[in-house]
Amino acid sequence: MKTPEPKNEKPTVCGGGLKISVCLGSPCLASGAEGVLRALREAWGEKPIAVIGTGCMGPCSRGPMIRIERDGYPTAYYERMTPQAACTTVAAYLAGAAPEQGRLAPDFPFIALQTRVVLEQCGRIDPCDLNSARAAGGYRALAHAIGKMTPEQICCEIGASGLRGRGGGGYPTGTKWELVRAASGRRKYVVANGDEGDPGAFMDRTLMESDPHRLLEGMAIAGYAVGARDGFIFVRGEYPLAAQRLGAAIVDAGKAGLLGRNILGSGFSFRIRLRIGAGAFVCGEETALMASVMGRRGQPVIRPPYPAQRGLWGSSTLINNVETFGCIAPIIRNGAAWFRSVGTPGNSGTKVFSISGDVATEGVLEVPLGTPLRELLAMAGGVSGGSFKAAQTGGASGGCIPASHMDVPVDYESLKGLGTIMGSGGLIVMNDQRCMTDVARFFMHFCQDESCGKCAPCRTGTQQAARLLDRIAAGEATSDDISQLEQLCRFMRETSLCGLGMAAPTPVLSTLRWFREEYENHVRDRRCPAGVCAMEGTPCRD
Amino acid sequence: MTRPRLATVWLSGCSGCHMSLLNLHGDLLGVLEQCDLVYSPLADIKEYPHGVDIVLVEGAVANEDNREMAGIIRRRSACVVSLGDCAVNGNVSALRNPSGLAATLGRVYGEAPPGHDVAQLLPRAVPLHQVIGVDAFLPGCPPAPERIRRLLTCLLQGQPAGLPPEMISFG
Amino acid sequence: MPRLTLTINNRSVSARRGESILSAARRSGSDIPTLCNLGGLIPAGACRVCLVEVAGYPRPVPACATRAEQGMVVTTDTERLTAARRMIVELLLAERNHSCAVCVMNQHCQLQDLAARLGIDHVRFAFISPLAGVDISHERFGIDHNRCILCRRCVRVCDEIEGAHTWDVDGRGAASRIICDLAQPWGTSATCTGCGKCVQACPTGALFEKDAPTKKATIDMERLSEWRRSRK
Ligand SMILES: Cc1cc2nc3c(=O)[nH]c(=O)nc-3n(C[C@H](O)[C@H](O)[C@H](O)COP(=O)(O)O)c2cc1C
Ligand code: SF4
Ligand code: SF4
Ligand code: SF4
Ligand code: SF4
Ligand code: FES
Ligand code: FES
Repeated sequence: MKTPEPKNEKPTVCGGGLKISVCLGSPCLASGAEGVLRALREAWGEKPIAVIGTGCMGPCSRGPMIRIERDGYPTAYYERMTPQAACTTVAAYLAGAAPEQGRLAPDFPFIALQTRVVLEQCGRIDPCDLNSARAAGGYRALAHAIGKMTPEQICCEIGASGLRGRGGGGYPTGTKWELVRAASGRRKYVVANGDEGDPGAFMDRTLMESDPHRLLEGMAIAGYAVGARDGFIFVRGEYPLAAQRLGAAIVDAGKAGLLGRNILGSGFSFRIRLRIGAGAFVCGEETALMASVMGRRGQPVIRPPYPAQRGLWGSSTLINNVETFGCIAPIIRNGAAWFRSVGTPGNSGTKVFSISGDVATEGVLEVPLGTPLRELLAMAGGVSGGSFKAAQTGGASGGCIPASHMDVPVDYESLKGLGTIMGSGGLIVMNDQRCMTDVARFFMHFCQDESCGKCAPCRTGTQQAARLLDRIAAGEATSDDISQLEQLCRFMRETSLCGLGMAAPTPVLSTLRWFREEYENHVRDRRCPAGVCAMEGTPCRD
Repeated sequence: MTRPRLATVWLSGCSGCHMSLLNLHGDLLGVLEQCDLVYSPLADIKEYPHGVDIVLVEGAVANEDNREMAGIIRRRSACVVSLGDCAVNGNVSALRNPSGLAATLGRVYGEAPPGHDVAQLLPRAVPLHQVIGVDAFLPGCPPAPERIRRLLTCLLQGQPAGLPPEMISFG
Repeated sequence: MPRLTLTINNRSVSARRGESILSAARRSGSDIPTLCNLGGLIPAGACRVCLVEVAGYPRPVPACATRAEQGMVVTTDTERLTAARRMIVELLLAERNHSCAVCVMNQHCQLQDLAARLGIDHVRFAFISPLAGVDISHERFGIDHNRCILCRRCVRVCDEIEGAHTWDVDGRGAASRIICDLAQPWGTSATCTGCGKCVQACPTGALFEKDAPTKKATIDMERLSEWRRSRK
């Protein structure tokens, strides 16, 4: 796919005092943003209006999105733009009007109610323009960190912020940094995990595409803090645009002396290289990811030793999620206490969610940790096509939250208490037309396909569990099959080698916990209450 | 006290398990003294009787006739024993499963697969316990006479068939 | 050499630093079943039949790949572990096509033996019956994927001891296959030296010798690997 790269343009308001931003995130590009940008540029060229391409603005399913800013007027967002509609709208603006057609309400909750920390510049800056990022404060934290702070102080600050890993586990980031910092060895590495393989997750893509410099800055600060001179970004192969923009950003930052040798004249050098995944979910698992970075088969190895003890090429390695790195610059700039003031005790800061499924608006939301699920749904405009049935968090490794727990604060511990996980932030909303056994079946087939095949419980267990779920969906199962399924799931959770196999049973166990009667309908009455499963088969056991 | 009623059934197997039973030689007479043999391919009895106490089933469930018979066995017997690897896990009878039914029939019959006078093969040959509930298993291909003797001794005395590891290995 | 003390099945056991729980347990007379582990090879922790419980750990750990630590309290034979081991072996038996009666390794197979030792007299799961393929293109050896349990002993022995790295794994999950070089017939391999170590190392009937009764485990891999290490 060839994507347009917006030319470097000054993000200043010029001429008619009008600044138009066209979202060039993948979802908007997929719905035609490129044509919108081209049409606007052809119509007005450089003057009297600034037309810039930005990253994701949030409400992706309403794309192509544009934003119009005019001196003295409130900022307006327009949804579902066609080249023609965009030109008409801008022409109207030039004539002093602000057309209603396609305009989102000024308090459109999806945008208005977000607390943007990680995504603060996403959709605002031109991701392909280093100056645009720097004008918005990019690399200030890096300069401050290497100029004014010692590595110990940085690790301490990150620890004090209470930041926890956004890749799913929620491990305290400061502790991890300190482990790597304190580790001996000449070489150390910093790795950003941008594999994001969970179905329904696209937060990290959003950050990498929309503000790649934010990730680079976070990694460079990490490199300085832990004493590493090399960094890798592992981007999943399905994200060509993210890889392209990151690649360009690395080059630009290098030229500007913000990466590479002797950064900002400090004597600290840090090089970042890209590694592109080849389409395996398991490569998001840190040990598999490292194997892949080293050019080996992407499959997990037993921990301990943890990457912080022995990682890439035997050296101590810091692995964090992309969003985790995205939190670093704001923490350095504003201080740990500020970060802690967002969110709840033990769950400081914000979390980015990609919300999709049966909601009015699908897209990317950033809210303080501890925000109730109900509020997230309201921001997304509520459930579409029926009433709320459940929300899946944590993708194939997570579970669902039923309607009775809609008020749960979305934080690591509360979700765990409901038998699911925060995961990386994918949130799939399901209405009452969905069959929960079918959902479990989908995720089990996903895990079966994605199992790396190394350890027996996961490789063989997912195959058998998927078969049992197929039987249930086909109306061929007996109640023994449900208990065998449950037994198998518990077994996989306890005995698998890596997180994939340990978590693969979660969707099944979770749907069994909240929606057992649906399983029983399938088995006892040979009926799918939601009318999703075909029920073609005949019972084959006497 | 009435003597236990014993049956043996031959589904899709090679009859090796029954041969192994016969290989009990003299001991077989001892076994038969403790029970009544009410149905068996070794005896000329047309219909599977009601009220069977113990039935030894050889062979996998590979065709419609097997499946029907399995149902009858389950309904009319108290203790169903899978005798030998084919009944226990499909074994040789299930060697065709990976290739699929059509390929198997084509390989055996060429252009003209048999019509209705031959039992219709099931898509896959499956172990007995995947079709009906099974109470005890005796692996082995065939199970050695000693294994059969031990098992029958236990079952005829109304005890569970707790065989030691060396008596339950497959193959 | 530094030593440490731990408890295995209520017995106090002393171990070398760096020694695995498995080796300490075996020395103290506690038998832990294994499949993917082979003395002398780097442990993979893949088959999980050697799982043991360690007090304070959230879940069982593989004894072959976990180091004994000072003060560890290990149990090797709880009901939960036995149930898990049985489950694994049954799942392995159901995964490919194990018909022992017509297998080259009948009566000499570690999987078959372990099944019996665990009291497995039938398999509760549906047999998946994949068409897994056989490669008999090598002059002396053959590989029957229908019997392969993906323990990767062949891969490791060929890489770590013979140094040829002829074998590797292709695909993932259920589609995983042991492949020769770049997925080519064994007989055409440019790297295989014909040493037969993989055949020796294979716990099942997947790797076998043609035209001869396949003998396994007659080479002492542990000593070979020591010898190899000492020459490095
Ligand atoms: C099967 C599996 C997939 C994973 N996928 C991802 C992923 O896509 N992105 C990610 O950041 N972490 C993923 N993780 C978690 C990583 O192993 C690791 O914990 C994380 O990158 C650590 O970063 P953090 O401390 O910043 O969360 C995955 C873990 C497992 C077990
Ligand atoms: S749990 Fe699954 S993905 Fe993880 S090592 Fe085992 S087989 Fe591979
Ligand atoms: S490999 Fe072992 S378990 Fe499999 S068929 Fe051969 S003897 Fe039986
Ligand atoms: S015979 Fe030797 S060199 Fe050839 S594949 Fe086996 S272990 Fe490797
Ligand atoms: S061929 Fe043998 S040694 Fe190699 S993975 Fe398969 S079972 Fe293990
Ligand atoms: S990609 Fe345009 S709003 Fe998300
Ligand atoms: S022997 Fe330890 S995991 Fe296989």
